[in-house]
Order: sequence, then structure tokens, then C-alpha cells
Amino acid sequence: MRKTIVSTVCLKALLVSVFVMGGTAATQAAPQDYVTAKGGTGQAGGRLVVALRSEPKTLNPILSVDATSREVIGAMNADLIHINRETQRTEPALAKSWSVSSDGRRYTLQLRRGVKFSDGAPFTADDVVFSFQLYLDENLHSPQRDLLVLDGKPIIVRKIDAYTVECELAKPYAPAERLFDGLAMMPSHLLEKPYREGKLEQTWATNAPAAEMAGLGAFRLREYMPGQRMVLERNPNYWKTDAVGNRLPYLTELTFIFVPNEDAQVIKFQSSETHVLERAGADNFALLQKDAKAKGQCLYDLGPGLEFLFLFFNMNHLDATKSPEITAKQAWFRDLQFRQAVSLAMDRKGMARLVYDGRATPIWGNVTPGNKLWLNTNLPHPERSLEQAKTLLQSAGFSWNASGALLDTQKRPVTFTILVSSSNAQRTKLATIAQDDLKQLGMDVHIVPMEFRALVDRVLNTKEYEAVLMNLVNGDVDPTPEMNLWLSSGETHLWDLGEAKPATPWEAELDHLMEAQMTTTDSAARKKLYDRVQELAAQNLPFIFLLSPNILVGAQATVGNFRPAILEPYALWNADQLFIRAAGAAKCQ
Amino acid sequence: MNKRRRTIFVVTLLAALHLFVIFPGFFAPYDYSAQERELPFAPPSPLHFVDAAGDFHSRPFVYSWKERPDSRGAYEEDRTQMFKVRLFAMGSPYVVVGPWTSRLHLFGVAAPGRIFLFGTDDFGRDEFSRMLYGGRISLFAGLLGAAVALFAGSALGVVSGYYGKWVDAVVMRLVELFLALPWLYLLFAVRAVLPLRIKTTDAFLLLVGVVGLVGWARPARLLRGIVLSAKERNFVLAARAMGASDLHILRRHVLPQTYGTMLTIAALLVPQFILAEVTLSFLGLGVGEPMPSWGNLLAELQKYSVLTSYWWMYLPAIALVVLFLAYQWTSAKLQEKVAVVNT
Repeated sequence: MRKTIVSTVCLKALLVSVFVMGGTAATQAAPQDYVTAKGGTGQAGGRLVVALRSEPKTLNPILSVDATSREVIGAMNADLIHINRETQRTEPALAKSWSVSSDGRRYTLQLRRGVKFSDGAPFTADDVVFSFQLYLDENLHSPQRDLLVLDGKPIIVRKIDAYTVECELAKPYAPAERLFDGLAMMPSHLLEKPYREGKLEQTWATNAPAAEMAGLGAFRLREYMPGQRMVLERNPNYWKTDAVGNRLPYLTELTFIFVPNEDAQVIKFQSSETHVLERAGADNFALLQKDAKAKGQCLYDLGPGLEFLFLFFNMNHLDATKSPEITAKQAWFRDLQFRQAVSLAMDRKGMARLVYDGRATPIWGNVTPGNKLWLNTNLPHPERSLEQAKTLLQSAGFSWNASGALLDTQKRPVTFTILVSSSNAQRTKLATIAQDDLKQLGMDVHIVPMEFRALVDRVLNTKEYEAVLMNLVNGDVDPTPEMNLWLSSGETHLWDLGEAKPATPWEAELDHLMEAQMTTTDSAARKKLYDRVQELAAQNLPFIFLLSPNILVGAQATVGNFRPAILEPYALWNADQLFIRAAGAAKCQ
Repeated sequence: MNKRRRTIFVVTLLAALHLFVIFPGFFAPYDYSAQERELPFAPPSPLHFVDAAGDFHSRPFVYSWKERPDSRGAYEEDRTQMFKVRLFAMGSPYVVVGPWTSRLHLFGVAAPGRIFLFGTDDFGRDEFSRMLYGGRISLFAGLLGAAVALFAGSALGVVSGYYGKWVDAVVMRLVELFLALPWLYLLFAVRAVLPLRIKTTDAFLLLVGVVGLVGWARPARLLRGIVLSAKERNFVLAARAMGASDLHILRRHVLPQTYGTMLTIAALLVPQFILAEVTLSFLGLGVGEPMPSWGNLLAELQKYSVLTSYWWMYLPAIALVVLFLAYQWTSAKLQEKVAVVNT
């Protein structure tokens, strides 16, 4: 018994491609399954310029780690199943349909026929099998490998026929479809040889000649000038069409220029040197708004993204002889009432207003309102109350001296240090507000801005810290990437790393819930499990959740079909549909 | 006469600037860390004499700022209630010296009114108060740093010039070493090895110490030169021939010849070291939030949006320029005096 999921988009695509073929059948031997992209139609031609914060480190999808490389690679490659950035759900890409076996472990994917790489070579099941071989090769250390290994067993990918592949998982895995997103399919005809020779790590570096590269994305490489720009050109073999059957992408050229700091990016956008401002800070956003209309620029506040900012305390089990100062304070940090008092004292609204110009959303849990599918809307949002906070502290045995300083049960003054990343001015500002809020409770808080890597080293390795204000960004809306965070054995179980067994009953319950949600295939049941995770996090406050900054994006009004989303890449996820309008027809969406 | 008046003016200005920042608590209407979270980047409050009804008031008054309903981050005056500026008003407590605290401020307005002479910063903190408190850190870092550098520099320079030979060689090589040090990177390194959390006073003393220690080399070289020529003067030679001790000769005959130069150097070093503090704080190496210094205040201008939108955030820079000009002018005057004395 197999359950089949065929998207309606796909069926429509089939119909349209038949229609398209009417004109092109003579030149195309194989039948073609083009996708019809949703959304408005546009005009072909034009060049789009986008500024990137740094240069891509590599163009090899197997090796890319940094966001910039991924962004450029994303424009040049395609995956089997794609997460639609707008709906946040999966949709068919190079796989036109798929089915799941009844035990939830085997996925059978039907590939699109007649799809060609940008160099004209056909795309078949061999390329899929080869691509997975690369992602799973331990010697290549692909960052995607972790996702494809369940319980220590890698996913097995088999070719059934030229257009069918089967993927076998070690155990049922609820979000399996989402795994395929971002896994670029690679041309075996170009990469097989360097791979066999053990040279894959040197292939497709940024200086690779355009002729040696091929992808399935909307664009392909034309030229790269180190320090200046990377120019991509239209892939004539791209496998999507618009609603009236025109082959996508519309743009003939997509140019990335390298502008290392945000202010400089804003200036370039202001002066219309770039078409798209991928992510603006709130202060620059306000600045741009002043004359956006006059300059023909459209600014979008997309609301909270998937990033959340929080404060957390060191609850690691430390050696009291090595770090006596920290262990002495951990009695406070482990006291739930202390953490609740801290949370109640936080002026989240003030933080949003002062640091993000109001363009951030206060949060009381780990899932931001941007995550439409998974947010537990029943979580309480306790109002800021210094009175309640003081009552809580009092019932936990704290007291105040004559000058208002908070003392613990042993009459020691409550004082601690918050570490923040020094490269992020907003983070320091948040900490300054938190410092002032906690001063109202009589706590003497110090802020230490610190180089980001040194901070991470303290959090993950030396554990020499008292409290940290930092952020986490979920790459996907699905809860599974958070396994590492919530499992008591997780690698990013920040507040108490490397617990041999759950330190508290609620952490034990979190372990159970996270394991269960991963293998539950019924989505309503999964949601229930994850709702409980959010509830536990909000009740027990391993993190004092503060804010989720809004995603702020800008585009010139001449850019058509611009539909930014809160999942990365915010602005260019539909680069294949973007087009440049005549200046007279410019308008904001 | 005119020149004399100018001198008096500059010296008074310098004295006033220093007085302001020695007692910032009195001159500032608010505490440097008091946040007014509803009023980030509010512009300076204009002083009014004529009210909405057109009546004239002999005592100036201000209106409160309120956010304009039509646009975020823009303010307008709330003309419904006026707040008279009161001299010697009672306000938030501050520390005068040691345990002595006071609530008396030079001026203020009754709550809920607020007077922001120089506007507010991104936390809604009064920029004028922060400038005064910040000046205390910056000016004193400059003064103390210069004192340390001058003391160390003149001691070593005089000894080196007077005794010559191997002492001179050692000190001068040391001077060259210190001049060649990339001191900014040295400071980064020093800050990195220090414990995470240091108290504001310790951070300040550290700043002074490091700045002074690094800055002693130039004065040392200059003073060595002066001592070299001074010790060959006839009256010095005569004193030595009469059997005066080294200490006596140094104290009575050599050192007096260096005083003029020392003063001039001091007047040059102070602004230079204020600038050093500003640079360090600008880079985040000075005193930490919420304690202001002029460098911290100016660091806000690193942001493009602040740079283009809020002109009052430049005011610390203007104060710095005024102070520098006054010091430079004083230094030039002193140099003239020294030249006159030496001829």
C-alpha cells in the first residue's frame, strides 16, 4: 500500500508542457515536464544587481558552508523537492512526484523528463545517485551530511530506472521531504572524473572557468572578478515556464557585487546602484523610508523571521574548584523563580522600540510568529511587571539591603556578567536595556562585549561565563533542526551541555517529545507534541526569550514579481521569476 | 590689551570646561544612565519665552516632546503643558566626592517635564548630561595620562641627558623601541589578556596607565636635548667647578631651564591623550556601557543612519574641537613665553 502525493502544480505543469511542446517538439526529442511557476508574468531581458556582504568562498554545493556561497549556489542549482519560501511547504522541483512506503522509510521519486543541465547534458537518475554519493562521502565533510544520517545510518539512494530513484531511511522520519531542499543535484558527467581522482574539493572553486560548470538552476556562471563582482547569466535550459508558457528566467543577467558593510549597501541601494537590498537593519530601514517614494523604492517589513534573541544563564555542571565564582552563582541561575523574575523584568516592548525602531516582535517562546505552521498560539504572554518579579524573588528567599541591592539567601549581592557579541551593535544595545531592567530589581549586571568566536568558545567549550545574550536562527520552520537544542544530549543544548541524563524532569520530557515528533508522520499529532515542547520551554525558561527581529527588505520599484519571504534567501528565492520593468510601469507590490 | 583679553577668555574657557566635568552631577540635569525609553533620539528641547497664547515669560520654559502620530520616530512639542526652567532644582541623587551625595542640580524642570539641552541618544538618555559625565572620563584620562607620560619622560630624559654615556644609550634605545611600537595593537593585546569584567575605575586607570606609559618617549627625547645643551652652559659648569653635587645642579640650574618646555609639552600632550582615549573608546576599548566618554558618544556616529539623521549627536565632537583649540592656543602662548625667557 503506497500513499501517493502528486501536487496539483505538477499536473498543471504537465498540461502546459504539452501545450508548449506543440511549438518545440521538433527540436526536443524527449518528452518534457516543465513546471509552470505560479505568480505574475513578466518581460524577458534585463539585468538585476544585488549586493552581497562577502564574496562566496566556493561554488561547489557540496562544500559550501557560508550564507553567501549558498545564495550564489542557490541561483545556479536546483533540488529534487523544494520548500516554497512563501507557503513554507514542500513542492515538487526536479522530482515531479513522490510516494512514501507504508512503513514511512522508503521514498520513491519520479524525476522530470527532458530536463537538461545548463551545458545541455540530460539530467537523469544517475546524477541523483551520484549527488547523494558526494553529500554522504565522509572524506568530503559536506555540511549537509549530518542531515542525511539518521541514527548513524546514512540515507540509501538507489536508481530504479532512468527517471526513478528510491531513497531509504534508517527509520521513519517525519520531515523527510524537507531534507531534499537545498541539496543541489550535480552533473555526474562533469564531476565524476575529478571525484574519482580525489580532486573534488578543488573543483568548482570561485575561480573555476564557466565552461567547466553546469547546474540545473535558473542561472549559470559567466564571469567572476575577485573583489568586485560575480556575473551570472540566464540558463537557456531551465525547466520552468511562466503561466503563458514563456521559458524562465526572465532576467538575462544576475550580478552580485561585493559590499562588505551594511551601511555601504544601503547607500548603494539608495543611489539605485543595486536593485535589491536583501536585509536592512531597522535604523537604515527608517532612513530609507524617508524618501523611498520619491526615489521609486519599495520597502517591505515582512514581520518576524525565524531568528530569536534570548538571554540564558550558565546551568552547566561545572567543577566547583575550577570555577568557584560561577558555581556559587549557579544556585540563582538554577532557581526557576529567579529566571521567571528576570523574564518578567525584561522590557521587551522597549527593546523592540529602542533597538529595532519597533520592527521586532516580543516573544515568550522559541517559535516566532513568523513560523505560521508551528507556532503554539496558546502560550501566555505575561506583561512586564517589576512588582511580580520582586514577589517571586522574595518567595525564593532573596532580599534587598538599604541601598536597594538584591541579596541572595546567604546575603551575598546578586551580580553577574552578560556576554554579548561585540560585532553586533544591536546586541550590545539590548544588553544595555536588560542591564537597566535588572537594576530595577537590584541586580548589578555588567556587560562584556566580546569577539563572536571567543564568545562561542566560552559557551560551547570552556563554559566560563555567567549569562549570554545571543540569537539563534532556524533554517527551516520544521522543528526537527532543533533536535540538537532541546535534546539533553544535544550539541547545542546551550544552557547545560553534555548532560549524561536529563538533569530535570522537564528536560526528560523534552527528550521524549523531540524524539517522538521526529518519527510521528501524522502532522496533527506532531504539532501537538511540538506545542508541548514550546510550552515546556516557556514554563521552565532555559532561555529568557526576548525578541524576534522583523525581516526588512527593499527593492527598486522597477523589479517585477518581487515577493520577499522570511525564509532565506529572503529576496532572491524566486529569482527565476524576477524581471525588470520599464521605469514608467514601476510600482510596489 | 586685546591679546590679553583673549588670553583671559581662553583660560577662563578652559577652567570652565574643566569645572563642568569635575562636577558633572551638579551641572547635568540627569544621571548619565537614566533612560527615557519613550524618547529615543529626541532633538534638543528649545527654550521658549513666549507661550502659545503669545504671553511673554521672563523665565524660559520648555515643552515635552511627544511622538508625532503620523510618523514613527519624529517628535513634536506637546504645547498643552509648559515646564519652567528652575535654577538649583532638586533631582536625582549623584555622588559629589566619595560618600558625599547630593540631589541639587544647577537647573532642571519639574516632572513629568524633561529638558534635553542637547537632545537624547538612542536610549532616550540626556546627551548633555552624558557629555558632562563623558568629559570627566575623557579629560581626566588626558590630564592624568599626560602627567604620567611627562613625569616618566622628564625623569628619564633628564637623567639620560645629564649623565650621558651608557645611561643615555640605554634610555635612548628604549625610547626608540617605544616609538616604534604599534601602540594601538599593543592596547588591543593588553585588553585581551585582562579579565572579562573590570570595574569602570579600573578600566579608567588602565587607560590612563597605558596611554601614559606609551606616551613618555617623545617628551623624554625632547628633554634630553634641552638638558644636553643646558649642562654645557657656563653657570652650570661654574657650579660644577665649585663642587656642587649632581642633585643640586639638576635642581637649581638644569631643571629650571626645562620648565617652560615641559609646560608646552603638557599643553600639547593633554589634547593628544584625550584623543587617544576617544580613539580607544570609539573602538570599544575604553570604559564600558552605560558609562559615557566622549569617544563612546562619538562611536554612535559610526552608524550611517545616525550620521545622516540626528545632528545633535555631533555635539561631543564640537566640544572636543573647542577644547582642543583652547589647549593648542594655550600651548602656543606658553611657547612664546618660553622663547622670550630663553633669549
